[in-house]
Amino acid sequence: MELFRIKKDIPFMKYAKGTGIVSAATFVIAVAFLVFQGLNLGVDFTGGTVMEVRYEQAAEIQGIREYLATHGYSDASVQNFGPSQDVLVRLAVKPGVTSAKLSEDVLAVLKQQKPGVKLQRVEFVGPQVGQELLYDGSLALLAVSAGIVLYLAVRFEWRFAVGAIVATFHDVVIIAGMFAAFRWEFSLTVLAALLAILGYSVNDTVVVFDRIRENFRKMRKGTVPEIIDNAITQTLSRTVITHVTTQLMVFSMLFLGGEILYYFALALTIGIVVGTYSSVLVASPIVMWLGISRDDFIKVDKKPEAEVLP
Amino acid sequence: MNRYPLWKYIVIAVCLLLGAFYTLPNYYGNEPAVQISSDRSSITMDASSVQTVEGILSLGKIPYHSVKLEGKNVNVRFSDVDIQTKGATALREQLGESYTVAQNLLPRSPAWFASLHALPMYLGLDLRGGVHFLLQMDNKAAFGKAMERNASDVRSTLREKKVPYESVSRQGNEVRIVFPDAVARTKGKDEISSRVPDLFLKEVQDGNVPTLIASLRPEALQKRQELDIKQNLSTLRKRVNELGVAEPIIQQQGEGRIVVQLPGIQDTARAKQILGRTATLELHMADFSEVELGQALNGQVPLGWDLLRERDGAPVLVRKNVVLTGEYITEASAGFDDHGRAAVHMTLDARGAHIFQQLTRENIKKRMAILLIEKGQAEVITAPTIQDEIGGGRVQITGMRNPEEANDVALLLRAGALAAPMEIIEERTVGPSLGKDNIERGFNSTMIGFAAIAFFMMLYYRVFGVIASAALAVNVLFLIGILSALQATLTLPGIAGIALTVGMAIDANVLIFERIREELRNGNSPQAAINSGFDRAWDTIFDSNITTLIVGVFLFWLGSGPVRGFAVVLCIGIITSMFSAVTVSRGIVNLTYGRSKKLAGLSIG
Repeated sequence: MELFRIKKDIPFMKYAKGTGIVSAATFVIAVAFLVFQGLNLGVDFTGGTVMEVRYEQAAEIQGIREYLATHGYSDASVQNFGPSQDVLVRLAVKPGVTSAKLSEDVLAVLKQQKPGVKLQRVEFVGPQVGQELLYDGSLALLAVSAGIVLYLAVRFEWRFAVGAIVATFHDVVIIAGMFAAFRWEFSLTVLAALLAILGYSVNDTVVVFDRIRENFRKMRKGTVPEIIDNAITQTLSRTVITHVTTQLMVFSMLFLGGEILYYFALALTIGIVVGTYSSVLVASPIVMWLGISRDDFIKVDKKPEAEVLP
Repeated sequence: MNRYPLWKYIVIAVCLLLGAFYTLPNYYGNEPAVQISSDRSSITMDASSVQTVEGILSLGKIPYHSVKLEGKNVNVRFSDVDIQTKGATALREQLGESYTVAQNLLPRSPAWFASLHALPMYLGLDLRGGVHFLLQMDNKAAFGKAMERNASDVRSTLREKKVPYESVSRQGNEVRIVFPDAVARTKGKDEISSRVPDLFLKEVQDGNVPTLIASLRPEALQKRQELDIKQNLSTLRKRVNELGVAEPIIQQQGEGRIVVQLPGIQDTARAKQILGRTATLELHMADFSEVELGQALNGQVPLGWDLLRERDGAPVLVRKNVVLTGEYITEASAGFDDHGRAAVHMTLDARGAHIFQQLTRENIKKRMAILLIEKGQAEVITAPTIQDEIGGGRVQITGMRNPEEANDVALLLRAGALAAPMEIIEERTVGPSLGKDNIERGFNSTMIGFAAIAFFMMLYYRVFGVIASAALAVNVLFLIGILSALQATLTLPGIAGIALTVGMAIDANVLIFERIREELRNGNSPQAAINSGFDRAWDTIFDSNITTLIVGVFLFWLGSGPVRGFAVVLCIGIITSMFSAVTVSRGIVNLTYGRSKKLAGLSIG
């Protein structure tokens, strides 16, 4: 079975200018969302308490919210979490109350309303720990980017490293932008997914670059755009197949993995799609615009020029 | 050219066997169990303990799988968690204080597996249920307490040595002493430095007033902090024991933080309560007469007294009045007295020593009791007889039965007197039913995803697709085997990591197969196509996996808890996938196609 018997190379680089504008535009929109709307940071980063409780029957969110408000917890956010019996209660950090106790107090209040309610899990993160996790997370993001750039610069050539890192950065910002735009919860596990995407997206880019490098060495004639087009077209089938298979697994996680892994799988899904796009239509054009040429790959022995001595 | 030397096949076979062996315990799974061990070194668990346990369980009509003596514990295995809880409660009630009854999950696999370190995967809290706390020491409060003590020590030293001074005041982390003149200041400095050596003294001229500023020496401060942490660690360990959790994790994390993990605990509210207890130490007089004791034992406790029991059960009448509190105790350790018998050495600060001296002077040959008060309940640590007036704050409590008891008493004294207050700054609690749900969902989605991928591969790449799926299965085998052998913690993100590894591992095979197809299209012979396919693809596979490995390493280093679980799986998964996707699948390909001299075509779709 073959889905990609392509006879002629697809002229990707011809559209490079167009796709470049589209990428830049989406990038700017994503940044705008991040700056003006901000990420819906989970409790891991902001600090606070999250409680997941299960009722014996379908829970009535509005009623629970009002009940908590009248009992002193007006700032509690109550929402459904997966099956209709599960409810997530979020509370900000309350100065003065040991937050370890906070969850017990709230549970007691909820039990007053409906005695059959059971506590499934509690997560409490103190504000300093939240800050530390945020700091560590950002550090991880930077460190991973730096590590990858370094590795690519050593293994390939600096233009490739730059192209790859811009493409990957583009991916991460787009995903984060979508999370900001749709107000999806950005938790520690989502950050882990983002970092996994970083690695995965660079994977793709490396495969294409590898082929470009091989082509430069093999193909005697051909302009730079033609060589790149050839490389991308040849690896297209591999790129799509791999992404389809990975996506099969991620879909399984998305639909069957339960609520906790939902946003994690969502980040992965978006990342895989955006990652494909960026490896082909962001990384390669950048490498091209930075002026890659065959000379960068073929080390020519420079014969000493004959000199005319006076 | 597509032949592997025999040794390569042997290596693959050996790896497969090891992988299978270390994965096997996971099929056996875990079962809920209760582990009984003894608190006192004087009591050992043996065959009679087994019989006692069986007796208690049959009396309570609690069904069990087995009761066995394993190592230092008697382990009782049950069929489910509810019966396990019932059994644990019954055993706790019947066996009493000197035994620790802990609930745990024990592997079902035969014991010899465990001796070879083949155990089921260590489940994290989000899969097993349990509680995770991060406690922070309130250093400011502890520091403040210490400086107060130092201030009062300074005051009494100056008074005792008749050094004139204007004022002694604590300001933040320093003690300021104002002297009338420089001569007094010099004398004061000498006296203080000999009596309170932990202080670092600095002479300053505040306006025209000769002042001495005392602060804790950095080494003393360090020592204080270390002692505080060690103290809190041991207090927490003792309290966790009370909760009956097996395999708790109580560790220092960084400076001034302690992480406590209690897997499998059902009653999280109780855990929080017990861990958060603050204990205080109180000294009361216990100078009762036989008559009064007789009355009390008959049910009529005289007014102004409390009837308590010592650690060995002997009854004591203790006056309600507190004569000394624990904040005056600066140190307590186990040691030996002048005759070589086990004793406890206790040090009081200057003010406490003063009070104690007066107390002992007035109450020679009378008994006193040192009580540990926790949540309003008093426990008698020791009730010695005052032999003699004791000055100088160095107290020796003799009459300890053995060094272990001296240790226990010293521990309790320190627990009450010195604990720096701790604050819970992070908590993650997962109820047991959610834990089970998580495992189910996690594994189901992984299995279904795997099936979908395998199906697709077989459809798209025919026989080679089958080979790829086999290699993928081997990859998962290795991954789970290594995770089990290393006893790395498996968390929910970790299961997601397994899923992701499966999804990404297939990439290597796709790369190889696409290359082979290309070579065939270019007109190369099947054997040559296979060879160059594997060869050419290796560089790319290596490069792309290294980048994901970088991600994994950094995530591991900078992540914590569940994210770390994810990172571990990612890193190990990449390595196993490189081995299985390349070497193992090549091995299978070689076995399938390598022999045929004249290969017409490849079933690669």
